[in-house]
Amino acid sequence: MSFSRFEGTDRYLVSAELRDAVNVAVALERPLLIRGEPGTGKTVLAEAIAESLVLDLLCWNIRSTSKAQEGLYLYDTVQRLNDARFGDRDIRDVRPYIKYGPLGRALLAEQRVVLLIDEVDKADIEFPNDLLHELDRTSFTVHETGETHVARQRPVVVITSNNEKELPDAFLRRCVFHYIAFPERDLMAEIVRVHHPDVEGELLRQVLRRFYWLRDLDAVRKRPSTSELIDWIAALRRGGVTAARIEQELPFLGVLLKRESDVGVARRAHRQQAVN
Amino acid sequence: MFTDFFYFLRARGLTVSLTEWLTLVEALVQGHARSDLAAFYSLARSLLVKREADFDLYDRAFAAFFDGVDEHFELDAELLAWLADPVLPPPSAADLDGLAAPDLEELRRLFEERLREQKERHDGGEKWIGTGGASPFGRGGAHPAGVRVGGAGGGRSAVQIAGARRFRNLRADRVLDTRQIGLALRRLRRLERRGAPEVLDLEATIDTAARNAGEIDLVFAPERRNHVKLLLLIDVGGSMDPHARLCERLFSAADKARHFKRFEYRFFHNCVYERLYTDIAQWRGAPTTELLREIDSTWSAILVGDAWMSPYELTSPGGAIDYAHRNEESGLAWLSRLRQRCPQSVWLNPEPARIWHATTIDLVRRVFPMFPLTLDGLGEAVDVLRGSRPNRPLRTAFPA
Repeated sequence: MSFSRFEGTDRYLVSAELRDAVNVAVALERPLLIRGEPGTGKTVLAEAIAESLVLDLLCWNIRSTSKAQEGLYLYDTVQRLNDARFGDRDIRDVRPYIKYGPLGRALLAEQRVVLLIDEVDKADIEFPNDLLHELDRTSFTVHETGETHVARQRPVVVITSNNEKELPDAFLRRCVFHYIAFPERDLMAEIVRVHHPDVEGELLRQVLRRFYWLRDLDAVRKRPSTSELIDWIAALRRGGVTAARIEQELPFLGVLLKRESDVGVARRAHRQQAVN
Repeated sequence: MFTDFFYFLRARGLTVSLTEWLTLVEALVQGHARSDLAAFYSLARSLLVKREADFDLYDRAFAAFFDGVDEHFELDAELLAWLADPVLPPPSAADLDGLAAPDLEELRRLFEERLREQKERHDGGEKWIGTGGASPFGRGGAHPAGVRVGGAGGGRSAVQIAGARRFRNLRADRVLDTRQIGLALRRLRRLERRGAPEVLDLEATIDTAARNAGEIDLVFAPERRNHVKLLLLIDVGGSMDPHARLCERLFSAADKARHFKRFEYRFFHNCVYERLYTDIAQWRGAPTTELLREIDSTWSAILVGDAWMSPYELTSPGGAIDYAHRNEESGLAWLSRLRQRCPQSVWLNPEPARIWHATTIDLVRRVFPMFPLTLDGLGEAVDVLRGSRPNRPLRTAFPA
């Protein structure tokens, strides 16, 4: 069996384990379930896979009202009735009124595509199970036309979830699972360099020290994530803040911490540290 | 045997299913373990363990199995050395292309057959179980025990492990998890069409079109929505401490269920008196009468508590010794009032039904239909709330 291998991209660095998990999922044609802290790049992973394997990407952002059916297709009855009434289109054919959803389009695609099902845990508790059927068989029937569509090739399915407990076992059994751990300092330094290639070494060192110090404060309720760190560095550089100043104070803290109480906690802890 | 690892993981409490295991076998056939124990470690984890909470369990099981520290699975150093350092490089992708991937049934049959035949160590080659090579089985150190089939392997037989496994799965008192509770609560719904007309009513549209001689007039109707309003009252008294986790799960399932029209929760201590709490850490709350004004007979109430207290806490005014103020009315009066205000209400008791004859529990049972806080009990309670199971009326022996 031959398959192109996912190696991450210039903009997206992966750990060896994540890389393997992606390749196994692609080769075994199983959905890849990704969990991890917010801001660890779960959603961006699908983009990176698409870019690395040179495939198109289809995104399906799940909301609390999402139904498995609308991922496949929706039949636009209202449009058809409207057209029937005003008679400006041929309405005898149902097909133009079938609107395919992301899953439907992924299964119909001529070329293999990457399908991202983002934040699957947001939907109803039974949603993942409803999805299983179509993902397993990779075919679906449009009841309005009686046509059954069989996928030419299985899409690469990437599913992200924030919630640990709500996913049904039958669904989990079919997935390849990977948990994106929060990056260690070394990997984080590499990630930062991808976004800020010319960041000064001493500044980066200080920034990371502060960042992990903040994350380790127990009282901080919403811990800053990678994307916030990258924004913070952008702010620091634009503001011309030096490494020494980061040591002494906490500039642009609002970029890192989004809760009023967390900012207070950080300031107090910082003063405490200065006193000692 | 390679299969031992499967049973070993299961014996260690990881619920690896056969489907997942066969997926792993398939991945090994395709060469994803790359003859490398570390790669096998993460490969097996991504296919067998689906909750990060179980990663630690997996790590310990993996270490125990492959380091041979567990007394039941002694692996000698030579075997480990062989696994860590396979003699042959893994076959190239081109080699793999040449191998037809047999279907899983066939693969499983071959696998077992070969395990029976094999008597010694193999590196490379295309048939035997070992490292390197292109045999479908045991590549990449994934098959430490392949050798042990003919060797001096000690330890429990798979049958024994399987036996232990079955025993565990048959346990009737399985713990309710959030998802199961969520599913049980999901059945609690009354679908009604109310509110703004948003969805097309096809039947009515066809009907009017027919009446209007084919002139189409789109008719819209409100969407069917769940109109259940749920009130959850949870006892957080001291005697409830052993059941705290269960109550937390029930609470989080109800809180997360998105299908209720409204969801309210309050906490109480031992029994409902004139105040109910929304925050137990700081004992913040509001008068019970305020809640009673808010709810009406369209609400469903679930009370959770052991109903286990001194009789006077339930029957006498001033019985609630926990509070600085004296309760003017007995707990039972408050409970009766709640039940009258909200007839569709049930009591879930985490204590086993065999002790329900105890005085206070029995008294509470006269006010509310009581069910055990188990999956079955919750199901029955939901049936009562939906009206698909008769609800016993309040026995009005108490002042309301």
